[in-house]
Amino acid sequence: MEKIYSENQHKCKLAKASPETIKFLIGYSKSLQIVEYSNIQFENNLN
Amino acid sequence: MELQIDDSVLVKDYINGNEKALEVLINRHNQRISSFIYSKVLDRDVSEDIFQDTFIKVIKTLKKGNYSEEGKFLPWVMRIAHNLVIDHFRRNKRMPMFEGNDDFNIFSVIGDEKLNVEKQLIKDQIDSDLTLLIEELPDDQKEVLLMRIYRDMSFKEISENTGVSINTALGRMRYALINLRKIIEKHNIVLTN
Repeated sequence: MEKIYSENQHKCKLAKASPETIKFLIGYSKSLQIVEYSNIQFENNLN
Repeated sequence: MELQIDDSVLVKDYINGNEKALEVLINRHNQRISSFIYSKVLDRDVSEDIFQDTFIKVIKTLKKGNYSEEGKFLPWVMRIAHNLVIDHFRRNKRMPMFEGNDDFNIFSVIGDEKLNVEKQLIKDQIDSDLTLLIEELPDDQKEVLLMRIYRDMSFKEISENTGVSINTALGRMRYALINLRKIIEKHNIVLTN
């Protein structure tokens, strides 16, 4: 029984965001700058 | 044993400019958030998009300093993901993917022009019946009708080919049609599609 369960467990693929998406998010975070001018926040994307 | 830095510490680090902290946070919660989104939308690509949008929102909020740390980073991100999943379904409701149903079938609007098998059979039958009927016409009328209808010749071309005037060709065509109708009526033939 234990063997069957563990086999199935390995076959089960969990959803995971791709490395490209993570790379994009990190890049996006690095490029994003918030500038504040007279109490208004502006988003700056510096590529 | 690997020492795990607390989420709240990483968030604080990130707000203070440590970009590496974000990477750790994303990788740490990637599977849980992705699985949560996937369990709702059941589409890998859509799930990936929503995951990306979720973290874009997270990044913006953290960078703007609008995040209040209460030791609940993951539930907060999950809430954002949940809201984006709802947005996704709302958007799809406004622009639904059309698959048709019992009441209305999209193929009734965009069906192809071709005749179906039954109609094609009827058309073939009518064509062959008509060919037999044309054989019954006098030769001069038959000649004009064949040239006009089957070879798509103009009356000028017909007159040149048969050596008669255009008016005579027109007259023969007229009589050919009248005679065809007479034959059809006489034999009670139904030629409709």
